[in-house]
Amino acid sequence: MGALSIRNVRRSYGNVDILKGIDIEVEAGDFLILVGPSGCGKSTLLNIIAGLDKPTEGEIHIDGRDVTHALPKDRDIAMVFQSYALYPNMNVAQNISFGLEMRNVPKAEREAAIQRVSKMLQIEHLLDRKPGQLSGGQRQRVAMGRALARNPTLFLFDEPLSNLDAKLRVEMRAEIKHLHHKAQVTTVYVTHDQVEAMTLGDHIAVMKGGVIEQLGSPDDIYSRPASRFVAEFIGSPAMNIVDGERAANGFASHGIDLALTDAQRAAVGNAHAEGILYGLRPEALSFADAGLPGTISLLEPTGPETYVLLDTPIGKMMARVPGKVHQQLGDAVHLAWQARDAHLFDAKTERRVAGSG
Amino acid sequence: MSPAAAPSRFDWHRLALWSVLLLFAAVFLLPMYVMVTTSLKDMEQIRQGNLLSLPTSPSFDAWSKAWSHACTGVDCGGLKPFFMNSVVMVIPAVLISTLLGAINGYVLSKWRFRGSEVIFALMLFGVFMPMQVVLLPMSQVLGWLGMASSLWGLVAVHIIAGLASTTLFFRNYYVGLPDELVKAAMLDGAGFWRIFWRIIVPLSTPITVVTLIWQFTNIWNDFLYGIVFSGADSKPITVGLNNLANTTSSVKEYNVDMAAAMIAGLPTLFVYIVAGKYFVRGLTAGAVKG
Repeated sequence: MGALSIRNVRRSYGNVDILKGIDIEVEAGDFLILVGPSGCGKSTLLNIIAGLDKPTEGEIHIDGRDVTHALPKDRDIAMVFQSYALYPNMNVAQNISFGLEMRNVPKAEREAAIQRVSKMLQIEHLLDRKPGQLSGGQRQRVAMGRALARNPTLFLFDEPLSNLDAKLRVEMRAEIKHLHHKAQVTTVYVTHDQVEAMTLGDHIAVMKGGVIEQLGSPDDIYSRPASRFVAEFIGSPAMNIVDGERAANGFASHGIDLALTDAQRAAVGNAHAEGILYGLRPEALSFADAGLPGTISLLEPTGPETYVLLDTPIGKMMARVPGKVHQQLGDAVHLAWQARDAHLFDAKTERRVAGSG
Repeated sequence: MSPAAAPSRFDWHRLALWSVLLLFAAVFLLPMYVMVTTSLKDMEQIRQGNLLSLPTSPSFDAWSKAWSHACTGVDCGGLKPFFMNSVVMVIPAVLISTLLGAINGYVLSKWRFRGSEVIFALMLFGVFMPMQVVLLPMSQVLGWLGMASSLWGLVAVHIIAGLASTTLFFRNYYVGLPDELVKAAMLDGAGFWRIFWRIIVPLSTPITVVTLIWQFTNIWNDFLYGIVFSGADSKPITVGLNNLANTTSSVKEYNVDMAAAMIAGLPTLFVYIVAGKYFVRGLTAGAVKG
């Protein structure tokens, strides 16, 4: 029995369907990421898990108990909000212990919890301050401390890092990962940031339009995206996708043959697809003496690597090459890649072509 | 030398601004000046007819007469009993209407339910409803409740009449508080009332001060409800003042009338001076909150 079980959850407001049947099983200690563009229903799903919203249909089980109609306080969960939602009228210590106080935990135990949590998060020196006197990062820590104080069976995070600046975000991301590793509490984490999703999650559910496009490990999601949407949503710069059709020796786009492995060729042959989409991650492309010809139309050096946008006969391609690039804008180059790095999708359904890798 | 000359340069804008402001201040303060000086004069000086002159031998005789032995109709006990009636009426009426407004605002902003917006719209209607409309039905209801012509009936009327504005104030203020505070408190295990008392009320100081001042001023200054719904010994200060000023005797004692008017007006003045800084802060609080 999983720590969290979401069974056929639907949610509609009037005749707008926000969630169209979500099924997820989360094992104890697992870190699940819900990721997707705005309006995909990820926050609604999190609110339903928290009990702040009710599903129109379906069930939520936490720790083997049906909590679909339970109040938020009876679910043994803690949540970190995007805006932190610290109580402005209470100091940090009171914020952390408010949940314990509401559950009639004796004062001595509350003090112990404050000490334990503040030590873990290194906020001991802030206990007497009001939230208004804290920086963004400190507020974030206090919000996590409030969630940690109760030792919940389930942690919920609603885009907790999106209000922080880039540097702090990376720090706090590492800290959350570290805390989860130490505490091993089952966690559901909503984000729209694919880097957070890839770095933090044991499992990732990529959502779009109220359905789960793909649920799997970060490696599954990245190496074997189940659909064109997942392929383009995860990974930066996004995957290059070109359209084409079956050709005599496999696959061609705009009259140019593109390499396929034997397995891919068989899969394309078996698929009943009208057209095929051929996807290549930017890091799969490299400069070579021969291959797909192209001219450089944009250079974006990031330091450790350079993003190169090229005009090729099959369309614009983004390549991600290590280090500096000595070529100039407008230079003609050739692109090469391994056939096994290609991702094939049905042009009509935009699903991955079965057996293609 | 030119930089030093700059401050002494004549500034027409500033002069115009100050002139206009001082003029308006004088216009507003002049009646107050006349009231205060007249109340400190004796009848001898008043009869000389110079409204703006300072009292030659200032005394509080008129004040003490207005307070304790001026005639209001056939009684000659001054304003004191009316003043006390008003105090006994205004304190529960202000506190209860403010508290109920806070609870209403809390429900209408943070615990919305099907139809809550309609209820809010209907309550808003109450803000614009003329007071006269409710006179007859209200006296009927007070009669049924056995509260007619009593101070408690008057308190009830003021609470009900004030609910529309107090609800509006608190609702609009609470809309600006993040919903996530309530959600976080729900997850922390707090219920409806604990969230209200522990989270919402401590954040309500500015709007509470605004509402208290608003309600105090309205209820203290009310004349219509006071004269319609009060009984013989439950008349508020405004009715007392009216009776005092309209009681005809051989001589019209302007100094006593002015002192009585000052007595009737001082409590609201006092409230504004004590809490005025919160009043301005509260009115603008909604505007600066992100």
